[in-house]
Amino acid sequence: MATTVPPTPPQKKPGLLAKVRDTQVWKSIFRHGYPDTQRNRALAVLSNVFLHLHPVRVRKSGIALSFTWCMGGVTFFLFLVEAVTGILLMFYYRPVAYSAYNDIQELRETIPLGLMRELHRWGAHAMVLTVWLHMFRVFMTGSYKPPREFNWVVGVVLLLLTLLLSFTGYLLPWDQLAIWAITVGSNMARATPLLGHEGPGASLLTLDGNHLVTAGSDVRFALLGGRFVGENALLRFYVLHCVFIPVIAVMLMAVHFWRVRKDGGISGPL
Amino acid sequence: MNTLFEYILKPVMTFVAKPHILLPASSVALILTLKYYRTVTKPKIAAAIGLVLAGLLVVSCFDPNFKKNILKPDNVPIVLLLFGLLFFLWLSLRRAAINDEAAERGEPPLEARMKRETVLVWPDLVMIELICLVLVSAVLVFWAIFIRAPLEEPASAALTPNPSKAPWYFLGLQEMLVYFDPWYAGVLLPTLIIVGLMAIPYVDTNPKGSGYYTLSERRFAITVYLFGFIIFWVVLITIGTFLRGANWNFFGPYDKWDPHFQQPLKNINISEIFWVKMLKQGMPKEWYVREAPGLLMAGAFMLLGPLILAKTVLKDLFKKLDIVRFSVVAVLMLFMISMPIKMLGRWLINLKYVIYIPEYFINI
Repeated sequence: MATTVPPTPPQKKPGLLAKVRDTQVWKSIFRHGYPDTQRNRALAVLSNVFLHLHPVRVRKSGIALSFTWCMGGVTFFLFLVEAVTGILLMFYYRPVAYSAYNDIQELRETIPLGLMRELHRWGAHAMVLTVWLHMFRVFMTGSYKPPREFNWVVGVVLLLLTLLLSFTGYLLPWDQLAIWAITVGSNMARATPLLGHEGPGASLLTLDGNHLVTAGSDVRFALLGGRFVGENALLRFYVLHCVFIPVIAVMLMAVHFWRVRKDGGISGPL
Repeated sequence: MNTLFEYILKPVMTFVAKPHILLPASSVALILTLKYYRTVTKPKIAAAIGLVLAGLLVVSCFDPNFKKNILKPDNVPIVLLLFGLLFFLWLSLRRAAINDEAAERGEPPLEARMKRETVLVWPDLVMIELICLVLVSAVLVFWAIFIRAPLEEPASAALTPNPSKAPWYFLGLQEMLVYFDPWYAGVLLPTLIIVGLMAIPYVDTNPKGSGYYTLSERRFAITVYLFGFIIFWVVLITIGTFLRGANWNFFGPYDKWDPHFQQPLKNINISEIFWVKMLKQGMPKEWYVREAPGLLMAGAFMLLGPLILAKTVLKDLFKKLDIVRFSVVAVLMLFMISMPIKMLGRWLINLKYVIYIPEYFINI
C-alpha cells in the first residue's frame, strides 16, 4: 500500500542569461530590467546615449514606413558605414601620387577584406541617392514648414556636404577616371566671378597693370594647391575627405537630429 | 521580334532620347502626371507604367552598346535613382490622392487619423530601424560582391579621356555647359540651387500641407520643386550620363560612341543675328554697342520678368506674399526659366550667346 507521493515540481533553476543579468557587471552597465514593461522600455531609451536621440514615445503616423520611407535614417546609417569602411581603408591607403594607385590595386587584389573599397564606393553612391530621396520626402510632406524652417536649411547644407564628400573621395583612387572627373569639376572654379582667372570681372582686378587674379592665384589654385590636378590636390582632397568635411558634417548632423526633436519630432498634421 | 526591336523600338527610343525631345517630353509627362495624379497613381495603372519602363530597359539590354553603358559600375546608381524616384513619386502622389479625396469629403488626412496614437520607441521604432539597417547592409554587401568598384589606368595628366565626365551626380550641371558658360552653369546655377533650396521654407507661406501628403493644397510649390528636381536635375543627369559620348556629342541609347563623329558648329550670337543678319552691316567695335541688343533682352527679362510673372503665372502668389518674398521667388524662377529659354534658343535658332563679351569673360 504505497501511498502516492505527488512528485515535487522540479525547482526552476535560473538560466544562464538570468544569472548574467544578476551580476554586478551587467547591472552596472544596464540600469533597467528586461524591456518588457512600459517602465523598462522607457528606461531602455532614456538610459542609452545612442537611443536617447529618440524620444520615449513617438506618433504612430510619424514612424510609418510609407510616411518617412526611412530615408533620413538610412542616410545616417550609410554615413556610419562610410566612416567605418573609410577608417579601414585609411590603414592601407597613402595619399601620395607615387603610391596611391598601387595601394588601391593592393586593396583590390591582395588585401583581405579588400571588399571594403567596394562597400565604401557603393555606400557613397547610395548615400547620395538616399539624401536626395530624404529631401524629396521632406518636401512632399511639407515638413519644412514652421517651426522646422531652420532644420531644412541645415539639411540643405548637409546635402551639399554629402556631395562634396563624394566629390573629394572621387579623386583618391588616382586613376584616369578620378583625375579627369575632378579636372572637369574643378575647372568650374576657374570661372568663378571675380575669384577665378577666367571668371567674369576677374580681368578688371589689376594693380599697376598687373592682374591680381591669375591661374596661379585664383580660387581653383587654392582648391587644388596647383594649376592642375596633381600631387598637392591629392593631399588636399584627402584631408578634406577624411577630416575636414566629415567633422563639419558630424556637427551639423548633431544639430539636425537635435532640432528634429526640439521642433516637435517627426512631422505630422497639426 | 528582332525586326520589331531593330526597326521600331530602336529608332523610336533614339528619337525620344534626343535632348530637344526628351526634355519637353518629360516635362509634358510630369505636367500630365500632376494633373491626373488621382488616376495615374491607381496601383494597377502605376504598376503597368512601371512594368512597361522596366520592360523597355530589359529589352534594350539585348543591345550590346546599351548594355555596356547601363552596366558601367558607376552608372548603376543612376538606374537605381530613376526607378527609385518613380516609385517614391508614385508613393507620395498616391498618398496625396488619398488625402485629397478625403479632404473633399471633409475628412482628415490619413496621418491625422492616427494622430492621437503614440507608440513606444522601444520596441516599435527601434525594430523598424533594425530591419532597415539589416536590409540596407544586405543590399550593400551584395552590390559590393557582384559589382567591383571601377579602377582605370593610373592617372596621367597627358592622356585626356574622351569624353571626360564629372562624377555622375554633377552631370546635370555638365550638361548645362552645352548651353551656358562655366561661370553660369558651373558656379551661378549651383549657388542659386543651394540658395533657392534654403529659401523654400521662408518664401512658401502656405500654412496648409504641413506634415501630410497632399497635392491639391500645395499645387504650385510641388510643381516647381518637381520641375527643378526631376526635369532639371535627374533628367539632365540621365542625358549627361547615357546620351553624351565623345566630344560631348549626343549619341542615341544604342549608338556606339564614335570619337570621330563631329557635329558642325553653326551656333550664332544674338549680336551677329542683329547686326549682320538683320541690319546687314559689320559688327560695331565697342562691346557695349555690339552687345546692346542682348543686354537689352537680358535686362528686360530680369526687370520686366517679375512684373509679367506677377500678372500671370504668379498672380495669386503676388497677392499673398510681401514684396521681398515675392521678389526672391520671381528672381529664382527667372533663373530657372532661363535654362529652358536658352535651350529652346539653341534648338530653334542655333543660339550661342545672348550676351557675348569675351573681353570680360561675360557670356550668357
